[in-house]
Amino acid sequence: MCLGIPGKVMEVREEAGLPMGRVDFGGVRKEACLAYVPDVKPGDYVIVHVGFAISQVDEEEALRTLELLDQMGDLVQQELATMGPGMSAPAVLDDPVAGSAPPQRGGLAS
Amino acid sequence: MKYLDEYRDPVLARKLMAEIHRVTTRPWTLMEVCGGQTHTIVKQGIDELLPEGVRMIHGPGCPVCVTPLEQVDKALAIAARPDVIFTSYGDMLRVPGSATDLLALKARGADVRIVYSPLDALKVALANPDKQVVFFAVGFETTAPANAMAVWQAQQLGVDNFSILVSHVLVPPAMMALLGSPSNQVQAFLAAGHVCAVMGWTEYEPIAERYHVPIVVTGFEPLDLLEGILMAINQLEAGRAEVENQYVRAVRREGNRLAQETVFRVFEIGERKWRGIGEIPSSGYRLKPAFARYDAEAKFDVGDIHTQEHPACIAGAILTGERTPLDCTAYGTLCHPQKPLGAPMVSSEGTCAAFYAAGRGIGVPARPLAMAAPAATNAPTTPIEGAAR
Repeated sequence: MCLGIPGKVMEVREEAGLPMGRVDFGGVRKEACLAYVPDVKPGDYVIVHVGFAISQVDEEEALRTLELLDQMGDLVQQELATMGPGMSAPAVLDDPVAGSAPPQRGGLAS
Repeated sequence: MKYLDEYRDPVLARKLMAEIHRVTTRPWTLMEVCGGQTHTIVKQGIDELLPEGVRMIHGPGCPVCVTPLEQVDKALAIAARPDVIFTSYGDMLRVPGSATDLLALKARGADVRIVYSPLDALKVALANPDKQVVFFAVGFETTAPANAMAVWQAQQLGVDNFSILVSHVLVPPAMMALLGSPSNQVQAFLAAGHVCAVMGWTEYEPIAERYHVPIVVTGFEPLDLLEGILMAINQLEAGRAEVENQYVRAVRREGNRLAQETVFRVFEIGERKWRGIGEIPSSGYRLKPAFARYDAEAKFDVGDIHTQEHPACIAGAILTGERTPLDCTAYGTLCHPQKPLGAPMVSSEGTCAAFYAAGRGIGVPARPLAMAAPAATNAPTTPIEGAAR
């Protein structure tokens, strides 16, 4: 119940004085009240919670977050490469990017 | 699905987890206060892969779980009336009251209906003018704009056969109650992303300062949670205690002003009882006097119901993070999702149900951080070396 899911606004209309919309969640379409995101247009992404869009997804920020995560990952890989095997605190992970490490029975290998 | 799958990328998750291990030098205890986050953390085994000594406590973040037993009993008393159509979010139907639950009542002939949105409950009222339609308005700040809008619309449309049984709770007062408790172990919070999408995060700023506790507004996908945990640990390691926002794509500092306006048009802040915790001052919403005729408690005179929990259930200690489901003698034996004793086993967002669904303590091997990746025959069965606690 408490989960909010991102979906794409397909159409906007009015019903009983409220802006309503049809929102696509990866193929499943549902009705949502758009009263709290009055500026959204078809094609925008919103987070829908119990039938109400509570926030418009900022696409720029969404992409930036992923880019930052990816860059930080490279820093981690560099850092890991400089670490000796004797360090106890940081985990030593196999490296799927290099593709050379044998698969481990490790939780992060998936 | 866009904005979901990208945030489940196992390669990025591995990198984030490595970064968490790299920056962590000391043991830390973090708490998330959101059932959706608890579910992701437990399902992906994120808590089991954290550096040794870093602990996630699953806080009272499931609205179904913190709804007090007596509110459930009030719902049952109202739903049993022949003139009533009782409507609710699906999760509340199997929450056990003292004697029965809404689903069992429905099987015995009561008109109990699941609705996806409170506006659907209002539609039921419009379609059944000869019946009283009651909606079980539970939830945190996230459901409040929806529930408030249903009441507001009922007034606008002149619908008199609609009322709500209010059990609305607020996150910041619960955080302060936990932080002020002598047994508190929490050193940093992940704040619930969608609560903050509605309310913003200004109300968390004085909490971070007063209790010197980092608070990171965090999303729900595995990468969101890993980044939120990393941001919280970075603050702890640096001795900082600020409110930071990981969930930038959906949350702004001021929240959703339009949603807040509707909430405060209909509701006012009042004392609330939390299941397993007890009464917390100014910790929930109640209807404003101008909307008193939509208050089901008054309409059906059920305000005086008070009840007791099952003796074997340690839901309270689990909700406050003092114990885990694995400490409970009833977990997986007397109490399981088909026959829940207490609320955390009922809702899929509850800590006990999340543990059970992930197979913890019931003999099912874990598959940490497997995420959306295709199932492999050599699926990982144990956490990485050095990361397991």
